Amino acid sequence: MTALAPTNPWMAGAKDDYRVCGVTTLKVDMHAERLIIANAVMAVVCLVLGGIAALLIALTRWQAVHLLDATWFYRLLTLHGIDMLVAWIVFFEMAGLHFGSTALLNARHAAPKLAWTGFILMAVGGLMANFVVLFDPASTVTFTAYVPLKAHPLFYLSYILFAVGALITTITFFINIVVAKREKRYEGSLPLAVFGLMTAAILAVYTLLQGAIAIVPAFLWSLDVFPVYDPGIYRNFFWGFGHPAQQVNLAAMVSIWYMLAQMTVGIRPVNEKFSRLAFILYLFFINLGSAHHLLVDPGLSFAWKAVNTSYAMYLAVLGSMMHAFSIPAAMEIALRAKGYTKGLFGWLRNGPWNEPGFSGLVVSMILFGWIGGVTGVTIGTEQINMLAHNTMRLPGHFHATVVGGTTTAFMAFTYYVIPLIFRKELKLKKWAVWQPYVYGVGSALVSLGMITSGLQGVSRRNWDITFAGVVPGTVDLTLAIFGIGALIAVTGGIMYVTVVLVSILTGPRVEASNMLLVAGTNNPLLESTKLTDHQMEDKQNQPKGTLVMVFAFLVWFAVYYLTNWWLLGRTWFIR
Amino acid sequence: MLAPEKLWWKPMGRHEKTWLTVAFVWCVFLTVMMPLWYFMGKQNVPTETYRTTPTEFNETMLAFVEQHKVGEESVNGVTLPVVEAPPGSDVYLRASTWQWYPILQFQKGETYRLHISSMDLQHGFSLQPVNINLQILPGYDYVATIVPTTTGEFTIVCNEFCSLGHHTMIGKIIVK
Repeated sequence: MTALAPTNPWMAGAKDDYRVCGVTTLKVDMHAERLIIANAVMAVVCLVLGGIAALLIALTRWQAVHLLDATWFYRLLTLHGIDMLVAWIVFFEMAGLHFGSTALLNARHAAPKLAWTGFILMAVGGLMANFVVLFDPASTVTFTAYVPLKAHPLFYLSYILFAVGALITTITFFINIVVAKREKRYEGSLPLAVFGLMTAAILAVYTLLQGAIAIVPAFLWSLDVFPVYDPGIYRNFFWGFGHPAQQVNLAAMVSIWYMLAQMTVGIRPVNEKFSRLAFILYLFFINLGSAHHLLVDPGLSFAWKAVNTSYAMYLAVLGSMMHAFSIPAAMEIALRAKGYTKGLFGWLRNGPWNEPGFSGLVVSMILFGWIGGVTGVTIGTEQINMLAHNTMRLPGHFHATVVGGTTTAFMAFTYYVIPLIFRKELKLKKWAVWQPYVYGVGSALVSLGMITSGLQGVSRRNWDITFAGVVPGTVDLTLAIFGIGALIAVTGGIMYVTVVLVSILTGPRVEASNMLLVAGTNNPLLESTKLTDHQMEDKQNQPKGTLVMVFAFLVWFAVYYLTNWWLLGRTWFIR
Repeated sequence: MLAPEKLWWKPMGRHEKTWLTVAFVWCVFLTVMMPLWYFMGKQNVPTETYRTTPTEFNETMLAFVEQHKVGEESVNGVTLPVVEAPPGSDVYLRASTWQWYPILQFQKGETYRLHISSMDLQHGFSLQPVNINLQILPGYDYVATIVPTTTGEFTIVCNEFCSLGHHTMIGKIIVK
């Protein structure tokens, strides 16, 4: 086994406290390890809370079941948004930032005290939000808390605490990287995955600052310090935080995609420049996407909306399309180099489909791109948004991105964190093998049920759409698809939580010696370093299958997009 | 996950170049579609907006209802005036928790300037099954110039959460 660790020694010093990972040969700082564990545990706690809410609200919107009363439905809807979209994902990302800025760079955590402060603020904020929503009837304001809907001041304070905590943690990421560079823990450029996490961290900084701009005045307004808070201005500020927050998820998820591909298939990025440019495009253009939420708001001009909603010419979309090529292409080359060169898709058939990191990656990429990405760009088109704004097509879109995409990838990644960081043997491996598929099928049905309901005009955040009395009968069918999908997805979620809890609580302590959990005893991460330029350029190994897949994707994209223009052309004239 | 070789700034391969070009052309197409539709299409997002206050808008709306009232109908058990103004004129719709007021009546194929504003919270104007959705804010008089192209009774659903009775906020538009 080739040692990956640079030869210069870990700086001698009493404060250094580390172990060497048997699988990656990288050093893991114990401070970082504890921080990763704490953040990951909080993430899973929030996932459980949000998941319970998810089950109950899905069973309410499934019209045939219609479980909760209106008060509890809206209350749990508020909770679900906060726990899932913010708490689960951000806690997991913070664990990722600690991991990326220390273990992947062979470096120490340079600011553990600061990082713990951040963690505690986030934990207090997250739990406080749950309590306020559950016990204060006025704080049923949904995730967006649109002014002038007024929640309890503690509601806004919990957002602020959480955001400040996340900002502090993000700052420790930058500190770690600077210190690692100065102490020469790594040479040359940052690894691609850390580069991607850096993109996420930079996005996180201005996202959180914009969050402060939106929420701090709302907090003061709720205390009657400010008499009024303009709802249009609030929406603009809020989405300056709310939309980029999802782009943080995007950059973090793509980094995890690269990691999973390297850990399970042993990829070498096809072209570092190509992949890094794609991240840079996110950095510069993706925050313009905030305008997606304001497309049918009064008071904004066509030009402002068109420039912003198109990310100044869809350059951030271009970034995602670049990754959508470069990751499968790298996987194809790596698998072809192993000898799976038959036909266009022989490599794909021979992928390690029983390895959760691989299946999770594939499920995540398909759901994120084919459902989430395509529907997102379409409903984010200025005029088409009129057909979709606040209908169930919206949650349909972001359940494909955030649930089917990000959450599936994060879950798959967790299975490797357990042996590598928690140093516990992964239990219930069979469950872990099936979990990405179950969760993927469930989230796909959730999204498709929501999107097809939304196409028929069903509004989101609505306890009982039959009040309107206008929805066609097929809505019952699409809402049932959504409900059944939710049951399957929740089953997948329970499988995940069970695997994690059983492993952490009952798994024997092990020093991991294997990268792959199920599919073999080889170490793709180390194999990836042996992929030669010659193998990368070999005619046999060229990513022809991937090229076919991305063109098929483009055709589907075009069909869906143009169909929506056609639908728009059939409605009333409006200007 | 691993640090790249020292020199990673290398020219892109043939496949990357092909895909990058195609994807970029697609992005340009996506961008061009919006201004193209803005000038050629019949369905565009209204932009005309005026500052107002709930009181001011309410007075204008009530005066409009008084002048053009043609009947009464019930929505959700509440009797509301049915109002029909001549084609081309300004018509007013008030959103408040949890009611759309009044019932508007239009002629198919005629143009109307539809003013909508909120008295209290944010609301969502969602006309079904036409499926036109607009955000309605207090303090903003949002003007949509519309031409109904189908006849029948249409429902206005509120699709922005406006506290607990949100789902009961239903209105009506009639097109003859």
